[in-house]
Amino acid sequence: MYNEPHPLEVRVLTRRFGLPNSRSIDTYLTHEGYQAIHKALTQMTPEQVIEEVKSSGLRGRGGAGFPAGLKWSFVPRDSPKPKYIVVNADESEPGTCKDRLLIENDPHQLIEGVLIAARAVDAHAGYIYVRGEYRYLIDILDRAIEEAYARGYLGDNILGTGYKFHLYTHTGAGAYECGEESALLESLEGKRGIPRIRPPFPAVVGAFKCPTVLNNVETYCAAPWILLKGGHAYADLGTPKNGGTRLFCLSGHVNQPGVYELPMGFPLRRMIEEVGGGVPNGKKVKAVIPGGSSCPLLTADQIDVPMDFDSLQKIGSMLGSGGVVVMDEDTCMVQVALRIMRFYAHESCGWCIPCREGTTWLRQLLLRFHSGGGVATDIDLIGDLAQNMLGKTFCPLGDAAAMPTISIVKKFRQEFEDHLNGKPCPYEGRL
Amino acid sequence: MTFSPDLEARFENLAKRYPAGYLRAALVPMLLYAQDEVGAVTDEVVAEIARRLKITPLQVNEVVSYYSMLRREPAGRHHIQVCTNISCLLRGGRHLWEHAQTRLGVGHKQRSADGQFSLEEVECIGACSWAPAVQVNYDFHHDMNAEKFDALVEKLKGDGK
Repeated sequence: MYNEPHPLEVRVLTRRFGLPNSRSIDTYLTHEGYQAIHKALTQMTPEQVIEEVKSSGLRGRGGAGFPAGLKWSFVPRDSPKPKYIVVNADESEPGTCKDRLLIENDPHQLIEGVLIAARAVDAHAGYIYVRGEYRYLIDILDRAIEEAYARGYLGDNILGTGYKFHLYTHTGAGAYECGEESALLESLEGKRGIPRIRPPFPAVVGAFKCPTVLNNVETYCAAPWILLKGGHAYADLGTPKNGGTRLFCLSGHVNQPGVYELPMGFPLRRMIEEVGGGVPNGKKVKAVIPGGSSCPLLTADQIDVPMDFDSLQKIGSMLGSGGVVVMDEDTCMVQVALRIMRFYAHESCGWCIPCREGTTWLRQLLLRFHSGGGVATDIDLIGDLAQNMLGKTFCPLGDAAAMPTISIVKKFRQEFEDHLNGKPCPYEGRL
Repeated sequence: MTFSPDLEARFENLAKRYPAGYLRAALVPMLLYAQDEVGAVTDEVVAEIARRLKITPLQVNEVVSYYSMLRREPAGRHHIQVCTNISCLLRGGRHLWEHAQTRLGVGHKQRSADGQFSLEEVECIGACSWAPAVQVNYDFHHDMNAEKFDALVEKLKGDGK
C-alpha cells in the first residue's frame, strides 16, 4: 500500500496486503490461498458456485453494480462454443486506483477468483486485460501466472482434478473507452476500441464470438473469500442487496488520501472526516464525486449518505467505481466541469455524433466560460447540450460526460454566474 | 525487420494465446512492446507487424491512431507524463504541469533538443490517492511537487546510458 491502513477498515480483499512477499504463491498458500478453488472443484457443482456468489450480494465493482452471480448465470451452459473469462483491469475512471493495488499486492487472489468464475461457467481460458500504463502489473501477473502453472493451479490438470484452465495477460495501449466491456473485447481482438451493439451481451457473444464472463478485478477478487466463508457471511458485511466490502479510493482535498477497504454502506461523511482525516486547513467540503468522474456530484449537504449502490442512486448519483473525490470550499466548480469535460472530449472515440460533437462543444463552451468569455445564455446551453447527450450515445461514455456536467450546472449555477461578463475566476490560482 | 531475441520470444508467446483464426488479437500488445524496443511505431514496424499478423498496414495504422500510448515519432529517453486530471488537479497538478514545461523548456508532446526528455500532459494514470502523479516511461512517482520534480529530473539526467 502507498498509504497507511485505517483502523476502521474491514480487510477482506486486502487482508494479505503488507505481509512479507505478499505477491508470492507461498505467502498466498499459507494464508488460505487456493483453498476456495479446491473446494469449488472437488466439493461444489458449477450451479452451487453461482448460487453461493448470488447469495453474497456481490455486485460488479467496475461501476455498473450488476449482480455478479446473475451475470455468470447468463452464460449458456449448453453452448458448444468455448467460454472465456476476461478480467477488466483497464482501470481508467478518473479518481480510481484500487485494482492496481489488488494486483500489485495479491495477484494470486485475482487468479483464484478467475478460476472460480471459470468453474462456474465451465470456461477453460481467460485473459487479463491490463491498461497499458500499468506495465509493471503485467510483469507481476506474468510471474504469478508462471508460479500458478508450476504448482498445478493453472494448466491442463488443475489440482489433479482433470480441470483445464489457461490464463494470459493482455495489454491495452491507452484508451479510457476500452474499460467499457464491448470496447474492451474489440481491443482484445486487435481492433480499435469501438463499442459493439448490445444485445447480444458478452455472456452470449463476447470474446472471439464466444460466451464470456467479463468482470472487474475487484469483483473476481471477492470470489475466493465468498466461497470459503460463505455468501451470507459476505453479504452480512454490507447493507441489504449490497454485499461485502469495497475498496474506496479517497482523493482530492482530504488529509489522508488513500485506498481503504470499508463495508458497503459506510457513511460518506465518516469516510471523509474519520478515514480521510477531514479536509486540510479546516476548510469545508463543497462537493464530492462519489464514484469516479462520471458520477453526478454531491453537494456538502448530501454527504450523510451510506456508500452503497442503492443509497446513491436514491439521491441521484452513483457508487460507480469507488473513486471518492473531495473538493473543498475554494474549488472552482466551473474549472472542475471543464477539466472533466476535457477528459471525455479527449477519450471520446468519435464513432457516434452526440458524444463526439457533444463533448467537444461542451469543452469549448466551458473553456470560454472559465476564461471569462461566458454569456448568460451559455449556462443553460451547457446544461441543455449535456442533457441532449444523455441516453443518445452508442456507449456509456456520452452519459459519463453528461451526468457530472448536468449536476454541476444544476447544483453550482451561482458559480457560473460569478464568471459572467469577463469577470475573473473568483478562485483563480487556487488549483 | 528483426527484433531482439527477448521481443521475438514475447511475440512467439503472444501468438499462442489466442484462439485459431484470431492471430490479429496480438496486435495491440505487439505494437506496444515493439514501440518499447524501437522507440516508436515506425512505418517499418507497421509493415513488419502487418506481415506477421497477416493483415494490411492500413489495418495496423487504424489501430495505432486510436491508442494514446502508441506514437509514430520517438519520445525522449525519459518520457515524462504529468497527470492533470481531476484528483491531480485538486492537489496542484496544473501548477506541476506548468512547472514541468518551464523546467524542461518543452511543451506538450515535445522532445528536448538532446533527446533526453519528452513531456506529455496525460489523462488519469490511476494514482489518484497519491496525487499529483507523474509517470516516467512506466515508473510511477507519487505525491509530487515542484521540488521533487526538479530532483527527479536531476536524477534522470545522471542516469548514464
